[in-house]
Amino acid sequence: MKLQIDVIKTQGNFTLQAAAAVEGQRIGIFGQSGCGKSTLVHLVSGLLQPDRDEIAIDGETLFSSAKNISLPPEQRRIAIVFQQAMLFPHLGVKANLLYGYKRCRTANRRIDPAAIIDVLQLEPLLKRGVNRLSGGEKQRVALGRAVLSNPRLLLMDEPLSALDDALRFQIIPYLKSVSAEFGIPYLFISHSVLEMQLMTDRILVMKDGKVTEETTPDQLARNRMAASQTGYLNLLHLHRPSMENGLYSYPWGTGNLLVSDGIAEKTSLFELSSRDIILFKQHPEAISARNLLECTVMELFRSDGRVGVVLSTFGEKLIAEIVRSAADELDITEGSTIFAAIKASSFRRLD
Amino acid sequence: MLSLTPEDIQAILLSLKVALTATLLSLPLGFATAWLIVFRPLRGKMLLEVLVNLPLTLPPVVIGYFLLLLLGRNGWAGKFLDAWGMHLVFTWKAAVIASATVGFPLLVRSIRLGMESIDRQLIQASRSLGASWLDTLLTVVLPLSVRGILAGSSLMFARSLGEFGATIIVAGNIPGLTQTIPLAIYDYASSPSSTMMALSLCIVSVVISVSVLFMHEMLGRNLERKESL
Repeated sequence: MKLQIDVIKTQGNFTLQAAAAVEGQRIGIFGQSGCGKSTLVHLVSGLLQPDRDEIAIDGETLFSSAKNISLPPEQRRIAIVFQQAMLFPHLGVKANLLYGYKRCRTANRRIDPAAIIDVLQLEPLLKRGVNRLSGGEKQRVALGRAVLSNPRLLLMDEPLSALDDALRFQIIPYLKSVSAEFGIPYLFISHSVLEMQLMTDRILVMKDGKVTEETTPDQLARNRMAASQTGYLNLLHLHRPSMENGLYSYPWGTGNLLVSDGIAEKTSLFELSSRDIILFKQHPEAISARNLLECTVMELFRSDGRVGVVLSTFGEKLIAEIVRSAADELDITEGSTIFAAIKASSFRRLD
Repeated sequence: MLSLTPEDIQAILLSLKVALTATLLSLPLGFATAWLIVFRPLRGKMLLEVLVNLPLTLPPVVIGYFLLLLLGRNGWAGKFLDAWGMHLVFTWKAAVIASATVGFPLLVRSIRLGMESIDRQLIQASRSLGASWLDTLLTVVLPLSVRGILAGSSLMFARSLGEFGATIIVAGNIPGLTQTIPLAIYDYASSPSSTMMALSLCIVSVVISVSVLFMHEMLGRNLERKESL
């Protein structure tokens, strides 16, 4: 999908002036609250009229002040997944799911309700009233409802913000699989770097009503490493652990990682903060940390006052974070060998 | 104990007929007005609100007099209706118009309260799912305003039953033709020998009003039960 925006919209004393052309299936819009992300969502979906200029998807103009084109929201085929599920309270789960489907032209109906009910595991919910669903269930129904309208683009406006951590990482696989399985591109709006890393390939960064840069999730996470409370988050998909002295030993690349909080016979997603990796110049004889990895330094990068060290070990990649003086003392250069110590408890399981 | 003459019964039936007709006729207009006020970015919205609420503050007699001027033979609307062979003044239809005018603000107010509690994002969701504004109005806004509509209708119905000032001026007080319960009570009250008759009609009035309020409460509870399913 190719999205071209060049819009100006003034609301009160806030002006959005966004210009960008971005191509991809999984596009992120990143920015702190109040930066204009939601305004942009409203402009793209047609719920708000820009003051002037243009919005086009895959070459089709949705809005153009010059050509006097402004498609109403119902003709844009852009479905929104909101922060709150926004299910119609007077309709049941099934009627909610089919609301957009019924209004979609037969020629455009590519997605079958049975398929989406299967992918989102909605079967047990169909007979229930929407007010009897949990937050995560509601969001799944809302996602199904949006996808069943057979949109050409899904706008996900902070769809995970209202959910607690555990639920959030349960919903993410659904969001991803629905888009991948049915080939629907999406715009994912969020202020969370981690969500950007998990959900997107390309990112537009917004600040004060403007698109300030176009970047990748990894680059975004690197740039915000020093400023973020959690540092750079390394994400590891690990599966099929064996038990070793009360710890879970997960195969990782050509080696193993020892993790305290694992789940047997299941693939789990772990985050490891760049700040939880301690670097040694020489092999320490004995340490309490259960993972000691011999690494090659692939790359060094600056992020404010900190230095990011891209490590290669077991054929995999990790990013560690150190202060500049430590980098000088350790005399780290690209290509040098170094030892990384990681406590088994530093791996935080996300799902 | 209740002593009702045939005229009294006619007055009761007429009251019910007038109140029901006024309420039903006002509903679509009331819904549309509330929708305009709540959802449309209108210039001069304040003027509309003042106009809608005006009958609430004006003495009903004043409203009746204006209606009489408007609908009378020489009135602006009266002439127009005359051309179609319609004469409203001093008929039960005039009583309907009087009741509708006086009760309208109450109806709009209640529907509006109901509409204002609808989350705007529900409407946005509906639009983005392919529903036009009219489709959204009928399938989202209308069902979610049902409580407001119900409350407004009961209020308006009850208010119409009690309508006196505007009705007596524009419809008169003709027994069997335009005499509603309040007008009949007024007649009885002016002669000292008819206390029992007046009291009987008063009791009927109370019974009808209480029934309306009960029905309103029951329907409201039914809705609530449905929603929690």
